[in-house]
Amino acid sequence: MKEFICTVCPRGCHLKVDENTLAVTGNSCARGVEYGRNEAVNPMRTLTSTIAIEGGIHRRLPVRTDRPIPKSKIFECMEIIHQCKEKSPVKAGQVIVENIAGTGANLIATRNM
Amino acid sequence: MFEYDLAVIGGGPAGLAAALSAYENGIQKIVILERDVELGGILNQCIHNGFGLHRFGEELTGPEYAQRFIDRLKDTAITVMLGTMVLELTSDKTITCVNKTEGLFTISAKAVILAMGCRERNRGPIGMPGDRGSGIFSAGCAQRYINIDGYMVGSRVVILGSGDIGLIMARRMTLEGAKVLAVAEIMPHSNGLNRNIVQCLNDFGIPLYLSHTVTEVVGRSRLEKVVISQVDSNFKPIPGTEKEFECDTLLLSVGLIPENELSRKAGVPIDPRTNGAVVYDDMQTETDGIFACGNVLHVHDLVDFVSAESEKAGRNAAEYIKNGCKPTDKTGAVVIQNGNGVSYTVPQKAVLSRVEKGLEIFFRVRQKSEKSVIEVKNNDRVIAAFKRDFLAPGEMEKITIPKKLLEGCEGTITVSVGGAK
Repeated sequence: MKEFICTVCPRGCHLKVDENTLAVTGNSCARGVEYGRNEAVNPMRTLTSTIAIEGGIHRRLPVRTDRPIPKSKIFECMEIIHQCKEKSPVKAGQVIVENIAGTGANLIATRNM
Repeated sequence: MFEYDLAVIGGGPAGLAAALSAYENGIQKIVILERDVELGGILNQCIHNGFGLHRFGEELTGPEYAQRFIDRLKDTAITVMLGTMVLELTSDKTITCVNKTEGLFTISAKAVILAMGCRERNRGPIGMPGDRGSGIFSAGCAQRYINIDGYMVGSRVVILGSGDIGLIMARRMTLEGAKVLAVAEIMPHSNGLNRNIVQCLNDFGIPLYLSHTVTEVVGRSRLEKVVISQVDSNFKPIPGTEKEFECDTLLLSVGLIPENELSRKAGVPIDPRTNGAVVYDDMQTETDGIFACGNVLHVHDLVDFVSAESEKAGRNAAEYIKNGCKPTDKTGAVVIQNGNGVSYTVPQKAVLSRVEKGLEIFFRVRQKSEKSVIEVKNNDRVIAAFKRDFLAPGEMEKITIPKKLLEGCEGTITVSVGGAK
């Protein structure tokens, strides 16, 4: 049995998900079932961070993955992000790392600098 | 002396939306006064996603949300003065500023929109005991160092306060290689969004100590140790419940205060419930021609609502200017009060004769409840009721009372949670 707090709405139901049958209990609505199953099987997160930049008005450039990545890949992605360095100018949406850590997501800049 | 139709103080999300809205409603001579080197305000350091779900139907990061508004400025004649600090505002709408190119100068405006945002409460107002070494930051200050200036603030971290900024920083510090040992929260519940509890704490196994506060801070040059204790129902620390954490960093996420020094000095009346100006339904303060919106008016949890509120302020400021800056007729204005279970309302006053479709009221409830009814009374008569499945203090609520139901209302309108004591 895995336990999660549902984040679909502010109520925050405490869900219990059976790992074998994927039966969800503790939910108040149908959306909670879907959320609980996704969290149990393959939790995904959009990763946001910053990388070093030279020549910009600030020393850090904000970045994010352009789609959610598996939660288990977050720290692997952070190791790659720590090695990144860009030179100004950078455009918002510009790809910094393609297919980061084999997740299928690109790391993109989230502002012009 | 510069002359403008409208001066907007602050170039964050509130100021941007207000200025754009005033421009789109026919005002040409607008200036935005921003003390930072760029527009966007706090959004620039909020690099996480989740902004714009209501407004744009997608999850943007802070900089992306700000850029959507900044991009729209290009097609306008709005003047932006960056690196410009406003020193004083007077009730006749004269603004004293200072910047590098003009030195000390004044701006005269027909109308002013207050959009200065808020600042963080620090250790003083919460009476935190102990040594005063380095390593103690407000959470937003640490966020700026890490996300914009490129300085890591520490490696072993305790966070006091589980509001959203504290939770976001717990994740941010962890991603950057720090060990977050504990998040302590004096209340028996977190005021942060569930999503942040899950994605910022639970995802990384960071413990949240509810009903706990910091009772000892040790380290005269650099922070060495923080002690937290459990508190009783009166928030008094319970002896014997101390937990020690060896750490070099303590982040404080203990509340936000609207930054109203300029408003107070201009004589704009302030509501002690919100620490923001008293405003009418058109977002105008008690001082003619001075409007307020965003976090300087009341602290919001979602920027989407800041934008909407600020557009209303901009639109009404434009109307005020187009009508020749005549003092607004406030005769017969009703007073809007917070009743049982409600901690404040915005606006605090309304001129019902000019309400078009309905009267929008924002408020916060005092405690969590389910299957509740928001009751609106005019004097002792119930005029409207709104069902809510779930209410929580951390979520700002909004009701719109249809114009039809406001007919014949005078005196006081009270918003309360039905059944709450």
